[in-house]
Amino acid sequence: MSELPEEVRSWIGEKRYELEGEFDVERGYVFTTCASVENGNPLFWDEKVANDLTDGFIAPPSMISVWFRPHYWAPDRVEQAQPLQVHFDLKDRLGLPEAVMTDNTIVFREPVRPGDRLRTHQVLRSVSEEKTTKLGTGRFWVIDVEYENQRGESVGTESYTGFGYRRKA
Amino acid sequence: MTQQSLTLDQVTVGDALPELAVDVDVTAVVLGAMASRDWRPMHHDKDFAVERNGTRHIFVNTPHNAAYFERYITDWTGPRGRLGRIRFRMKDSVFPGDRMVFHGQVKDVAKDETGCGWVDLTLELTVGEKTTTECTARVALPVSGDDNPWQRKGDRWRP
Repeated sequence: MSELPEEVRSWIGEKRYELEGEFDVERGYVFTTCASVENGNPLFWDEKVANDLTDGFIAPPSMISVWFRPHYWAPDRVEQAQPLQVHFDLKDRLGLPEAVMTDNTIVFREPVRPGDRLRTHQVLRSVSEEKTTKLGTGRFWVIDVEYENQRGESVGTESYTGFGYRRKA
Repeated sequence: MTQQSLTLDQVTVGDALPELAVDVDVTAVVLGAMASRDWRPMHHDKDFAVERNGTRHIFVNTPHNAAYFERYITDWTGPRGRLGRIRFRMKDSVFPGDRMVFHGQVKDVAKDETGCGWVDLTLELTVGEKTTTECTARVALPVSGDDNPWQRKGDRWRP
């Protein structure tokens, strides 16, 4: 069994890849998302209900990661880190060419509102010993993606469990 | 639109959520991918999905899947229901032509130390005989007609 490289060990608990969303949270995407699943929750459609219950319109909580995906094209784009960059760093540094996500948990805190500009960072929480599953031999890891608004309030955390592995020969 | 919402006293462990059936078509899959800014071709280009991913068609992406679960939960709770936590595991893909059926059951009903009402749910998405996604969720419900979980902040919100 190989030891976990010291560099990877040093990533555990470290705040990495701070990013700001490319654009303000906006209702156009909220409508498209609601339309795609026929979500008629009045919090997203009815101003009176939104004012009464949530002090104005909010975005559906499950859209939390939407606000960080880069668009298909942008002028003068340079490659930037992705919300799960730590996952790809681990695959690369540990020499594990394949990976799957086995679990996804999202915890929701302050509501996300149109006009918010969100920030995110990633924290590697743990890396397992080497394990062998039906997919191959590799390691499990847990990465938290933290999201906060422009006031520094947490709006949520996504926690991913990944398994990076080498296929059986 | 209605503001009608469930309150905690109306919910009992073992209650089943009403099933929701959704027929998926190509437009819905593409709309969900575009709404979540997921431009990867396996969610809009059938040739790519078949030839490169080895699937039979384009398929529903993860954020779209999450959005369906959110809708399923809040259709049941009404707008005062506030999602605190959701955990899901996608076991298989959903394709155009599939009929998705959402199922759910109440696993726990409780108040926390701050007086917030919580319901724990186990949920499942099936296509035919197959479970394509397993999910658990924790959702806050008002404890009375004038309670509103959305007004909770900081230490009074413990999802």
